[in-house]
Formats: sequence, C-alpha cells, structure tokens
Amino acid sequence: MSLLTAAVRRRGPGALAWHLGALVILAVVLYPVVWTIGASFKPSADIIGALNLFPADPIGDNYTRLTEGIADIPISTFFLNSAYIAVGSVVGVVLSCSLTAYAFAKVRFAGRNIMFAIMIGTLLLPYHVLIIPQYVLFQKLELINTFTPLLIGKYLATDAFFVFLMVQFMRGLPKELDEAARLDGCGHLRTYWSIVMPLCRPALVTSAIFTFINAWNDFMGPLLYLNEPDKYTVSMGLKMFIDQDAVADYGGMIAMSLVALLPVLAFFVAFQRYLIDGMATSGLKG
Amino acid sequence: MTHIQISPGAVVSGDDRSVTERSGPEGGAPPDGGKPPGRRENLAGYLFMSPWIAGFLFLIAGPMVFSLYLSFTEYNLFEAPRWIGLQNFTDMFADPRWRQSVKVTSWYVLIGTPVKLAAALAVAMLLAQKRWGQSFYRAAFYAPSLIGASVSAAIVWRALFSDDAIVDRTQKVFGFEVGGWIGDPSMIIYALIALTVWQFGAPMVIFLAGLKQVPRELYEAAEVDGAGPWRRFFHITLPMISPVLFFNVLLETIHSFQIFGSAYIVSNGSCGPADATLVYTCYLYEQGFVNSRMGFASAMGWLLLVAVGLVTAVLFWSQKRWVHYEEGGR
Repeated sequence: MSLLTAAVRRRGPGALAWHLGALVILAVVLYPVVWTIGASFKPSADIIGALNLFPADPIGDNYTRLTEGIADIPISTFFLNSAYIAVGSVVGVVLSCSLTAYAFAKVRFAGRNIMFAIMIGTLLLPYHVLIIPQYVLFQKLELINTFTPLLIGKYLATDAFFVFLMVQFMRGLPKELDEAARLDGCGHLRTYWSIVMPLCRPALVTSAIFTFINAWNDFMGPLLYLNEPDKYTVSMGLKMFIDQDAVADYGGMIAMSLVALLPVLAFFVAFQRYLIDGMATSGLKG
Repeated sequence: MTHIQISPGAVVSGDDRSVTERSGPEGGAPPDGGKPPGRRENLAGYLFMSPWIAGFLFLIAGPMVFSLYLSFTEYNLFEAPRWIGLQNFTDMFADPRWRQSVKVTSWYVLIGTPVKLAAALAVAMLLAQKRWGQSFYRAAFYAPSLIGASVSAAIVWRALFSDDAIVDRTQKVFGFEVGGWIGDPSMIIYALIALTVWQFGAPMVIFLAGLKQVPRELYEAAEVDGAGPWRRFFHITLPMISPVLFFNVLLETIHSFQIFGSAYIVSNGSCGPADATLVYTCYLYEQGFVNSRMGFASAMGWLLLVAVGLVTAVLFWSQKRWVHYEEGGR
C-alpha cells in the first residue's frame, strides 16, 4: 500500500498544487460563512456596500439589538420552541425508527418484504403531495398552532431514510449475537434493547444528529402549522425579522442568522465524523 | 392487523414469496409450547412495526387517498368539498403562472442538479488523493450542506447577491454590468442555483466513499497501456462509480423538485420578482394556503408525484445502460 501511495504521490499533481486547489475551493465554500461573521459586527449601512470582510472597528450593536427581541417576542422564545421540537424529534426518531428497523432486520414475519418495499417507496415520495390532506387532518383535530403536527410523524417512524439507515446497519451486525441471545431465552424486546440497540450506536447517533439539524432548520412545517408568534421557531423568527423591515436592520438580521446557526454549527463541530461517515455508508452496502 | 400466518412449508397468502422460502427450519420461531411456530414471530414483527404501520396509514397512505379525492374537488377548508371532475387539471394547464412554476422548477432541476453533482465529483476526486489535512477539508466542504437548508443561509444569500454587494462588484471588476442578481428576474434563479450547488457536501461524501472502492490496479494497468487522465476518468472512474452516481442523481433530482424554503426566503416570500423564483412548491403553497384552493393544490401535489415518479422510473430504466454493478454485487 505504501508503495502505491508513493506512486500516486509521485505521478499525481504535486502536493503544493493539490493544497492550492483545495484552499481555493475552501475559500469559495467558506466565504459566505466568514462574510456573515464579519458582517454581524458591521453597522447596518456598511453591510451590503462595504467590500472588507471584517470591519475596521467592530461593533456589538447588532447583538445587543437582538436582546430587544423581535416584535416584542424575546428571541429566547424562538430558541426554546426550536429546541423543544428538535429534541422531541430526536427522541421520536431514535425510538420509533429503531423499533421498525429491528422488525425489518431481525424478525421474520409474514409480509416483511412487501412492507420493506413500501417503506423504501415512501423514501422517494414527494412530501408535497401530503401537505394539504395532512393539514386538513390536523385542522380537523384542532391541532393547528400546536407542536403535535411537527412531532407526530417522528414518533411514527415516517422518516424512512433513518429506518433504512438503521436496517442497513442492523443487517451488518453478526447474526451469532442475536441467535445466542435467543438461545439464552431472550425475547425480541430484550434482544432489541440489550443487544442490538447498544451495538447500533453509530447509526442511532447519525440519525439523531441529522434529525436535530433538520428539525432545527425546518421552515415549511412551522410555516404551515404555527400561527402565533409565541409558538414560532427560530426559522419563523428570522422570517418575522425580514417581514418587519427588509432594508433598515440588515445588521440585526445577519446577527440573528448567525445566532440561529450556532446549535447546528456546534453539533457539526462535535459530531462531524459520525455525520460524514453516516452519510457515506447510507445506501452503499446494498 | 393482517392475519397472515406462516407455518413451515405451508403456502402463505399474499405474494410474499421470499418469506415462504425462508420459513424453513432456520426461519421459524424457537420451539415454544404447542403454538404453531412463526406465529410468535409475526406477532413480534407487527408489534415492533406498529409505529410505522400507524404512521404509514394515518400520515401517508390515508392522506394520499384523500388528496387524490380532493384533487377532483373545489375545497376551501370550510365548506364541504365540491366535486368538479378534471377542472383543476384543465385550469392548471391553462394557468400561465402554473406553467411558469413548471418552467422555473425544471430549469432549477436541469441546471442545478448536474452542476452540483459535477462540483461534488470534482472535489471528491481531489480529496480521494491521500494528502495531509484531507479529513479537515472533507469536513469543511461538508459544512454548507447542513447550513444550506436554513433560513439563515437564504438571508445571507440575499445579502451576497443583492445590488452593489460582493457578487455584483466582482462582476464589475470583470466588466459585466449585471447589477444584483436578486432584483433581476433573469438572474435570481441562478442565485438560487448557486445556493444549491454550494451544498455539494452530501453527494461529495458519497462519491468519496465510492471512489475509495475503485481498485488502484485498474489505474496502473491503464497507465501502462498509455491511457491519459481523461481516458482513465471516462473508462475507469465513471463506470466504477456508476452505482454511486446513480444513487446521487436519483436523490438530488427528487430533492431538487421539492425546493421550497430557500426560494421563498431568497425572494422575500414573494417568489418574485416577476415570478422568477416561483418554484412549483411555492405556487402550491400559495394556491393552497394563501388562496385557500385546497383542491387545486392537491391536484398540483399529485402532478408533482406523477412527475417525480416518471423521472424515477426513467432513471431506473436507464440504469441498465450506464450503471455497472459488480458481478454478484447488490
């Protein structure tokens, strides 16, 4: 292997050119993020026109401005709502999707293959064919302006992608383990909880992180189902910011955009290995 | 709950053949006092599956049937649905704004998806080489994929592509007098496409996993035979990663059809100017939830389903010609 890498190293473009190329792409890719950080410390008037990435004398006004809240709602409200939905989603997805995945991967029951095919089919189903009837359903159940419509699907394993991810992972676990557990008299529930779940931690963590970030970034769900500002999520708070004054308060808007991203960025920095490996393995071992 | 039961060797109702095949000695439940083997497995299976079954019935299958019905009605949520047959569909084809939304979405899918995948593949090939700092770059290139779907990213995009902002000024340096892309009906769609291309991280990581599977020996043999880099790319890399390419094309295309949030925010909730970012789902949202035309919006939803289904079918059909699975694989 080392001989091969040496050969690749010798014949491929030089290390310097490689790093130069990678750095140029890196600059383009991270420019919007760095620009946002810089802009959040600029006075509103300087945000669009000024070409400097970072202000000569940074100001904190944009952030202190956020403590006033948006339209009389403290921004902590938006954050608590988003956190509640995101954490609730994570719990729901991890529990319901792993139960379903266990049945697909480890239980031999009649109709399993048909149901698996249907589940994979829902993976390709555009969500938008469902939004009208689901809205009507939740409206009839008087659940509009509650978090239930945003959470219920997570507890009913409708996120087929995560079911699929966990099935793939569970199928990769050595058969001998759960067979041994069965011989020792473990029922399915025990095998699921004490043997399979602990071994599935990588798949569970990947699903949990993706779920958190998706729920945090979700815009259409809250836009449809939440209609009072004290129920709004961070995404909706940001939208209120734009609606309120599109031109004047660029500074506050950019600062709020950045603050809204902080949980996502924090998760990313902490778990990027899991995330990227989870992404890379999903759907590949067919 | 369905009452299909398996006992070893018995014929199972339904067409679930592989279960029958497997319900041999190793497939049955462990011997348990008197009960027919398999029954316990069925019970366990359905119990474990119950969240998904409930979710599928109440949140997916039921709503699909209901929306199919609604698509033939006029319904504003408050009065009972009124059956109007195919009216919604004929109205749709006659509606210039609906046609505009089809045009915008097609353009977005047709330009955005290939460019994004090309970017993802190019960067993945760069990162496939073993170099110092590789995993750092991989993580950094992936980051926008997570941020990209947020309202924050769309707001930043508006700022970057507005009049006199960085993109505009950079163009002026090169002698293009275009003005801000956000206010320009002919350009704003490209700002939106740039936003999706920027999120090339997810397909990149999948490409990277695929590239790692390509045996090095193939390249060495090709090099010995005098094949240049382009030939190696088209005759080794592309065929060898074609399953991964297929997976990415399928996922990204379906995903692109459903763009909503970024189009809505980049255009400030108007899907304008001049309906220039009126993507399909934006119009569906507007018709359903702003104009209370739930029947019309349902009909739009079903057409989207048919369109995505057709594209998926065509992709699956075409894969025989260009996707090479390893023998015995899959």
